[in-house]
Amino acid sequence: MSRLLPLLGFFALLSLLGFGIWWNQHHAMNEVPSPLIGKLAPEFNLPQLDNPTEVVSRDDLLGQPYLLNVFASWCFACQEEHPVLNNYVKKLGIRLIGYNYKDQPQDAQQWLTRFGNPYSLILADQDGRTAIDFGVYGAPETFLIDAQGIIRYKRIGPLTPEVIARDLQPKLDNLSRETP
Amino acid sequence: MKSRLLAAFLSLICLSFYAFASAPLQFQNTAEEQRFQALAKELRCLVCQNENLADSNAGLAKDLREEIHKLMQSGKTDDEIKTYLTARYGDFVLYDPPLRAGTLLLWLGPGLLLLVGAITVIIIVRRRKPAALTALQNEEDW
Repeated sequence: MSRLLPLLGFFALLSLLGFGIWWNQHHAMNEVPSPLIGKLAPEFNLPQLDNPTEVVSRDDLLGQPYLLNVFASWCFACQEEHPVLNNYVKKLGIRLIGYNYKDQPQDAQQWLTRFGNPYSLILADQDGRTAIDFGVYGAPETFLIDAQGIIRYKRIGPLTPEVIARDLQPKLDNLSRETP
Repeated sequence: MKSRLLAAFLSLICLSFYAFASAPLQFQNTAEEQRFQALAKELRCLVCQNENLADSNAGLAKDLREEIHKLMQSGKTDDEIKTYLTARYGDFVLYDPPLRAGTLLLWLGPGLLLLVGAITVIIIVRRRKPAALTALQNEEDW
């Protein structure tokens, strides 16, 4: 029996390694859970991308839930995400608002002409100052904000059809159940 | 000639990097600068997560350094600045996480592992003593 102990120890370590690999595959290890979920979105005053003299505030957007999608023309993953926004998110029946993060307005405009513009409104945060209040640390990121301005869900990384079905859709269902 | 051209080319590259670097943060005195550096070393860059804010070249790290600098100038204490950042990014930005229910395992885990290891060693050593003795006796029998 005592001879088998090292072998058993080895298998114990092996299963620990296996569990670690499985865990890593099912969890995004770089993802930092946002402390803002369940809280009121930070106040902001941001100009519109295509109309910089028009400033939009948090309270202007109250009344209806919306998705706030952080994107930039320099962000490669945003390019990958963009067809999903164009094809899937539009069908969800929720306002999609763009958040142009640390970008040059001309670059952003060109990028949107090239890949399509799924947004009903685009806010421009050129210096990234407001993004700090939102806890943004990389694009793409997507916030679900309800009619009262409370952040209900945050996706870090690109939205995919799987992520929408698994995470976003249930949150949207909750919202529509609350306000029939 | 060739090496001189190369040197000129290299210095041009260095200069261009220099031109891109943004204006350095201004401090009132060295004490304030040291305080800033110490604080930035305690905070994690969220983009490249194994770097601290002081060392990181990521755009967000630069923004956050500027923000911390601004908060310092407005008279905020280190703790207030840390609270400001954790309210936005969570405890993850702190290299020295606070002790609370969620981080209990993180804080006590190493001690717990050490304890388990020590107990295992003690059990093995205690068991081995009589075994080694009997083995010796057996050898004597031969």
